[in-house]
Amino acid sequence: MIWGLDDVRVRRGRNVALAGVTVPVDPSRITVVVGGDGAGKSSCLEVLVGLLEADSGIVHRPAKERIGYVPATAGLYADLTVQENLDFSAAAYRLSGRERSQKADQIVERTGLAGARHRLGGQLSGGMQRKLAVGLALLHSPELLVLDEPTTGVDPVSRADLWRLISATAVDGAAVVVTTTYVNEAARAACVVLLEAGKVLAAGAPEDILHGVPGAIGIAHGADRPTPLSWRRGASWRVWAPAGRLPDGARPVPPDFEDAVIVAALAGEPGR
Amino acid sequence: MDILAEARGASRRFGPVTVVSAVDLVIRRAEVVGLLGANGAGKTTFIRLLLGLLRPSDGVIKLFGSPPSIATRRRVGYVPQTLGLYAGLTVAENWSFTAAAFRRSAASVPEGISGWQHELVGGLPLGAQRQVAFAVALSHQPELLILDEPTSGVGPLGRARLWEGIRQSASRGAGVLVTTHNMEEAEQCDRLVVMVAGRVVAQGTAAEIIGDRTVAEVRCDEWNRGFALLDANGFPVQLHGKTLRVAGNSAAVAGLLSGAGIDATVEVVPADLEEAFVAMVAKPAAG
Repeated sequence: MIWGLDDVRVRRGRNVALAGVTVPVDPSRITVVVGGDGAGKSSCLEVLVGLLEADSGIVHRPAKERIGYVPATAGLYADLTVQENLDFSAAAYRLSGRERSQKADQIVERTGLAGARHRLGGQLSGGMQRKLAVGLALLHSPELLVLDEPTTGVDPVSRADLWRLISATAVDGAAVVVTTTYVNEAARAACVVLLEAGKVLAAGAPEDILHGVPGAIGIAHGADRPTPLSWRRGASWRVWAPAGRLPDGARPVPPDFEDAVIVAALAGEPGR
Repeated sequence: MDILAEARGASRRFGPVTVVSAVDLVIRRAEVVGLLGANGAGKTTFIRLLLGLLRPSDGVIKLFGSPPSIATRRRVGYVPQTLGLYAGLTVAENWSFTAAAFRRSAASVPEGISGWQHELVGGLPLGAQRQVAFAVALSHQPELLILDEPTSGVGPLGRARLWEGIRQSASRGAGVLVTTHNMEEAEQCDRLVVMVAGRVVAQGTAAEIIGDRTVAEVRCDEWNRGFALLDANGFPVQLHGKTLRVAGNSAAVAGLLSGAGIDATVEVVPADLEEAFVAMVAKPAAG
């Protein structure tokens, strides 16, 4: 790995935020960290960009000015216009006048914000705010782009725009790490890290995680939960049999990525 | 009566702006209906019409056969995006307050959330707050359940557990209306309704919504170059690992790539629900 976390541990007060977490992040590739609320996703990124200190482990990161970082809840000034946000960020990154306006124009065009240059950041829709925040983090052409849940609560149309922007950044050579709660976004990555309660449940290429599902997955019907290791999928149930023996009435199916993620979470639950 | 909620030509205007426009929609017993739309499509305003928090400017809204009222509200469970809990009250206090508001004697806090009963809601993690909001909304055994983005920010296993609750309610006969931006979750609904700019533009199962829409799936060794080329030429290209997926004309995609000397296989494959939704909502793409 070029950038990323290597066996990082972080305690916050009495709680363990990260219990030996490894997240590889490489140039021209997208790493996606998947997990729910409280999994430790934000802590990972805060350690990576240097906002949070690791108690142990190794953090590989470029110089601070070569990093672009968008936290989950901010990333722009609500009471500045789009143009003012761009100008302010460009000044903070000490971009020269020509470089500044070229890059800002490019970002405004890429994010579809051309018609909104004079609107206040806080008046933009949620999706547009996230696009602007990512755009601001790209102004100085960072080597490492770090995005905390850029698409949570964002509608699918804006999400598609954001992912096109994120992918284009990786294709351009940057190392990109993105956290998400949407499992289908993990399938876009070169490398996926499944995080739960500060621990890595599984990591690797999406296809390797998919092929690594132990035992068998089946579909069952009925009102009652067929086995303790079952979950709802639409009107039917998915059943996981770790040893491969599905209960009567369950029809085996090849697991998809959502199944793989849930199996990893179930396998990592306390008591198993 | 099979129909729990019904909108006929329902519209809502705010001054000159029409936010909900001539919506026809029915929610029946024991079915889970997914309401999909981009931000600003009118989903939340439509929900407020159903709840009786707003009156339609035109058309008719009926809940259990009559216009929304306090009496119908007692038969509806609602979880707003903001969860609707009192952050400064404990879980148990939220529970008994809701019971009092619905004029029911408070049963004990259910098992799933009783571990937190003495904690302030505001101090709980978001996932736990969602479970509490869901349990509170179900506490009066509503016949109709309305959930506005119930799983936003929730991890995969937490989402599966919430859906178990949703399905359990439906199997007991409740009708459920759920909004979501998560298309995998949308596929779990029995029926989907797609809103664009206040109007219903499609209704049906996920397969019916997708219809015969396709995308071009591109595999090539130089996927980096292929992505950059298609992106620069205005194609709505998406990167999935090392595979490119492009909505639009596959011949144009293949032509552009071969013209640039990129050796690629281009295959026309069925769109997924997310791709179909984006195509339906977004302006016509290049190519």
